[in-house]
Amino acid sequence: MEHIVIIGNGISGVTAARHIRKNSDKKITIVSAETKYFFSRTALMYIYMGHMKFEHTQPYENWFWEKNNIHLKEGFVAAVNTEKNQLEFTNGETLSYDKLIIATGSKPNKFGWPGQDLSGVMGMYHKQDLDNLEKYAPDNETCKRAVIVGGGLIGIELAEMLRSRKIPVTFLVREDSFWNGVLPAQESEMINKHIKEHHIDLRLSTNLKEIKADENGQVKSIIIEETGEEIPCNVVGLTAGVTPNIDFLKTSGIETDKGVKVNRFLETNIKNIYAIGDCAEQHEAIGRRRNIEAVWYTGRMMGETLAQTICGNKTAYKPGHWFNSAKFLDIEYQTYGWVFSERNKKENEAYFQWKHPKENKCITISFDKNSKLFLGINTFGIRMRHEIFDNWLTQKKSIEHVLEHLLDANFDPEFYKLHEKEIVTKFNKENNTNIQLKKKSWKRIFSKA
Amino acid sequence: MKAIKYTGLVIFLIGLAIFTGSIFTGSFNLTSAELDEFIKEKKYKNEYIKEELTEAVVTSKKINIFEFSTLVRNAFEEANKPYYNLIDKYNKEKKWDKKGAQYQYIINGKPHTLSYTLAKKAGSGFVKENVGLLWFLTFGLAIIGALLFMLPNLILLGKPGIKNDHIYHNSATNRGFIAWLVLIYLVVFYLVLYFYPDYIVNWTFILDPISNALNGGAASQWFVYGFLYCVVMLTMAVRMYIKYRHNKYQIIRTTSVLFFQIVFAFLIPEIMSSLNMPGYDFKNAFPLDYDFFFEWNLKSLTESGGIGIFILVWGIVLTLIIVPVMVYFFGKRWYCSWVCGCGGLAETLGDPYRQHSDKSLNAWKLERWLIHAVLVFSLVMTIITLYCYFSGAQSFLGINSQWIKDTYSFLIGAWFAGVIGTGFYPIFGNRVWCRFGCPLAAYLGLVQRFKSRFRITTNGGQCISCGNCSTYCEMGIDVRAYAQKGENIIRSSCVGCGVCSAVCPRGVLKLENGPEDGRINPTEILLGNDVDLMDLVNEK
Repeated sequence: MEHIVIIGNGISGVTAARHIRKNSDKKITIVSAETKYFFSRTALMYIYMGHMKFEHTQPYENWFWEKNNIHLKEGFVAAVNTEKNQLEFTNGETLSYDKLIIATGSKPNKFGWPGQDLSGVMGMYHKQDLDNLEKYAPDNETCKRAVIVGGGLIGIELAEMLRSRKIPVTFLVREDSFWNGVLPAQESEMINKHIKEHHIDLRLSTNLKEIKADENGQVKSIIIEETGEEIPCNVVGLTAGVTPNIDFLKTSGIETDKGVKVNRFLETNIKNIYAIGDCAEQHEAIGRRRNIEAVWYTGRMMGETLAQTICGNKTAYKPGHWFNSAKFLDIEYQTYGWVFSERNKKENEAYFQWKHPKENKCITISFDKNSKLFLGINTFGIRMRHEIFDNWLTQKKSIEHVLEHLLDANFDPEFYKLHEKEIVTKFNKENNTNIQLKKKSWKRIFSKA
Repeated sequence: MKAIKYTGLVIFLIGLAIFTGSIFTGSFNLTSAELDEFIKEKKYKNEYIKEELTEAVVTSKKINIFEFSTLVRNAFEEANKPYYNLIDKYNKEKKWDKKGAQYQYIINGKPHTLSYTLAKKAGSGFVKENVGLLWFLTFGLAIIGALLFMLPNLILLGKPGIKNDHIYHNSATNRGFIAWLVLIYLVVFYLVLYFYPDYIVNWTFILDPISNALNGGAASQWFVYGFLYCVVMLTMAVRMYIKYRHNKYQIIRTTSVLFFQIVFAFLIPEIMSSLNMPGYDFKNAFPLDYDFFFEWNLKSLTESGGIGIFILVWGIVLTLIIVPVMVYFFGKRWYCSWVCGCGGLAETLGDPYRQHSDKSLNAWKLERWLIHAVLVFSLVMTIITLYCYFSGAQSFLGINSQWIKDTYSFLIGAWFAGVIGTGFYPIFGNRVWCRFGCPLAAYLGLVQRFKSRFRITTNGGQCISCGNCSTYCEMGIDVRAYAQKGENIIRSSCVGCGVCSAVCPRGVLKLENGPEDGRINPTEILLGNDVDLMDLVNEK
């Protein structure tokens, strides 16, 4: 029986394993050095904050794996021997495979800062990072201040985590406004304000110069590049993005750059070896996506796709319309289609924006200013239906159509105050149009594209 | 702010301590005149009871309620004994007439209930004489304390939003020793309420004036329970309003359960009693209202004229038509988390414990066996009862009507719904009864599962499997298992509390009523991936 070995038990590897199991009776082994059982990485923050226990982050009960005949192997892969089709573990063990799937995810970026490997310096990606944080920042007595370096999605989550234990946080962000390489200015500014409301010391346009140690090799303070200011702290969180976790492949002959190079079929240069998820790097970007997509959803999609190929139905990775979501402290964010920041948008892309006068709610719709084609939407504090926007993008609807039917797309809980009317009114005023908001229609919502 | 909070906690605990301690106070004894009046009132034919009770409790000595209970129960037993001896004797001698003649002298009733009735007359002491003060020191302090404890959260919890920080770090909400203490207190409370009402007769004194004002009579232990129930729900609803102040669904739902408890379950029945009508909770549907078809209730309704007949018809229409039709349009949530009293307590007092429901597959299996077994039990009991009511027989299909009613009342009505259902909140979660035991929930669930417009819609491919939804589902539904497959949640047990949707950090879940078509949507490949692949795999 063909033996499929998957390195990494994150969402990509586990999705691949589940789908291979559904479609075949191949022998499947998932290898992990992090934890025996699959857990949801995105939920690590909630454990520290006391919303959940670790067991709650495990989507499948422990019996699931044996019942589905998926072997779990705990161990750290030191090298892949592609000649012998064999994994070599750090403890000397080996494991043979017929097909190998590399799904080892990412590790936090370190840019060569002095002191970046001191104790008390950590990322927030692995289960071990959480254990570390619990060790160095159990409370605000042990950790009198924490400094977070890097203003992205993980950075703001780490800040929220530390604030839940009343630990003072200084948040160093390289950009002059939070995540404004991705978010339009309106939204980025709203998040800046919200961060400060949570009593987080947000430092924009600020870089880390070095991390200083005390006599025990423990973090004592950090120095800011621009001002030379020294900020005493006990914990430093490095959240300046992630990079593929593939050091163990150096000697394997598998082609890598930043990540494991793969073609559209997620195949590496070596037959029977595939890579999916955060660690996979496309030779050429798909549409306007990045070559490396370190996103939960894309990891899952690659897993779904590769399982088809492994089971004999060779399938290219052809993701549909872009979508994503996040939560910035109390503000939920969803995006469908492409909305680029002012910095990255093309000349033909125009914005229509609306912002609630008091509450933390706003939207940006991106559209083609010539054809009025709807390109994408960012919503903050308003939930929207994925399926509806996916249909609209497929059907190449105009921004007028989207606004006219915006009530169909609203996904907020029942009884929530709706703002669609205000949104459409604002558009009409700005564009001299007369779009009439249509009542929500179940028929339209459930009609397939 | 923290100082206010902890002062509140101390005041609450003082109130609770006085409330609990008041049980042990006072003296219970009677004058012979009072005893004569009692026996006359009760029309006892027993020749020994007067002597026995006189010996036991007609004294000027101070007797506390526990000694009183023992003495009175012994007195009743001793007074009955000679008649039982005669019954035995005539039985052996086969003198059936004489044997039968003895039964009229025997005093029936549960010993603690007999003792309660007498204690209500016999009580005296500080509590009874200072009812207003005691009300303030117990209910008053507890309410003030609880509010002081909860109101600062408006500021302490920070900006509106999901506030579940430290739930698993806190002894009270993480099955720590505080949780166990609360469990023990609640379990003991229910045991005393159901089986030893005489021990808490002092509590009834505190509420006599309120009871008098509402229904013209003295408070019973059930009045105490009903009043306490409303007070607890009202106070804990304040906590809900603060915690979920960003979420309008939760605010409206909480207001709804509160309204139905206070007006429908408490005020209307009390006022009806004061007007000499049968006190009836118009929202309490059979088979949750399991004694609706018991002989005594049918008798009372049929003898109460127009209103009785109205109630009888309403009760039947409620169960057979209103309940299923409403479930079709709105899901069982319209009842379980918007109207029901048990649900109301679970959603207010029980909210801090919602995360303790067991999400394992085994628990789900147990749930389905148990809750449907209780439904069958309640229906069998009702069929037997009705058959016996109309035919005048004692039993049907070899099952004694009185026996099955007593068994159901004891096992399901008292133990399952009360002692376990509420007592176990702090450890097993707030919906143990609703999930594993409630026959009405089972009935509503069947309708919801097979014929309803209600569903929890999963938002395409947005789920990140974080597990907040499953963790905070009070019914133990593994919501994530559906959400991460992009599949709508259609489960008979879902009471539509809306908390999964509230705690979701990615806006994945929405409770809604829509067309039945497309309500159940099993998927393998999630939205966002290759359209052709989705078509291929999902539609094969």
